[in-house]
Amino acid sequence: MAGAVNLLVQSHPINSALSLIVVMGSLAAEYLLLGAEFLAAIQVIVYAGAIMVLFLITIMLLNAGKEERTKGSRVAILIGVPGVIIASVLVAWTLVGRTSTTHLVSIGALWGAPKDIARLLFHDFLLPFEVTSVLILIAIMGAVVLASRPEAIARPHRSRPVPQETCELVVTGKDR
Amino acid sequence: MVPLSYYLVLSGILFACGVLGFLIKRNIITIFMSIELMLNGVNLSFVAFAAQWHALSGQVFVFFVMVVAAAEAAVGLAIVIAVYRTRETLNVDQVNLLKL
Repeated sequence: MAGAVNLLVQSHPINSALSLIVVMGSLAAEYLLLGAEFLAAIQVIVYAGAIMVLFLITIMLLNAGKEERTKGSRVAILIGVPGVIIASVLVAWTLVGRTSTTHLVSIGALWGAPKDIARLLFHDFLLPFEVTSVLILIAIMGAVVLASRPEAIARPHRSRPVPQETCELVVTGKDR
Repeated sequence: MVPLSYYLVLSGILFACGVLGFLIKRNIITIFMSIELMLNGVNLSFVAFAAQWHALSGQVFVFFVMVVAAAEAAVGLAIVIAVYRTRETLNVDQVNLLKL
């Protein structure tokens, strides 16, 4: 939670990304405490590994600096902060009042073994699993198409013409 | 033994932090990180309920949510790179035209 708050108050994107990694790691520890050992491993590998590396590479590639404040962001702070705080306090008050006395979760039950999850995933959820593979394929193709340069898509086989300045330089070199 | 409501309150606080970051941040990469934070908050409540009811379906659902989050992050960051290439900015207030 401290990491999540740190993500909000930092103005530089690199610091926000590193505090988000802290949030991911502590959530993986929470999953382990809740008995979901497979999900804890997946959380560390996929989120803290792959997705955050993607974020950091994008930040470094685009040379992102400090964000500047504008009029719109001040309005968003004035409206957003009290609204979100009121909503979260309301949710917390409702949940603590309702469920704290009856339902209990035991720590360390170690229920989500990879064997059980695989049996569920490949028997009951086989169709969503296959549809997910199609989704990932489309996402890869979309990412490649979006991130590549537009002229690389438009003219893949045509060789780049020699710029005019280079020709002039060559001509003047011969004259000397 | 930890009550289920503590996990749900933590999940709600994480989601609220994500909404807050989505509202007040003006850097588009940080906005994407806030979306990831919201997804993580929902995942925590899924795992807590799965442990509560001893049902593994919640964990499988978290698995699918993670896959969708990974695909969304890849496509979203590609869009960010394309926007930065044409606009030379990451501030969402200055990206106000749909055409390139």
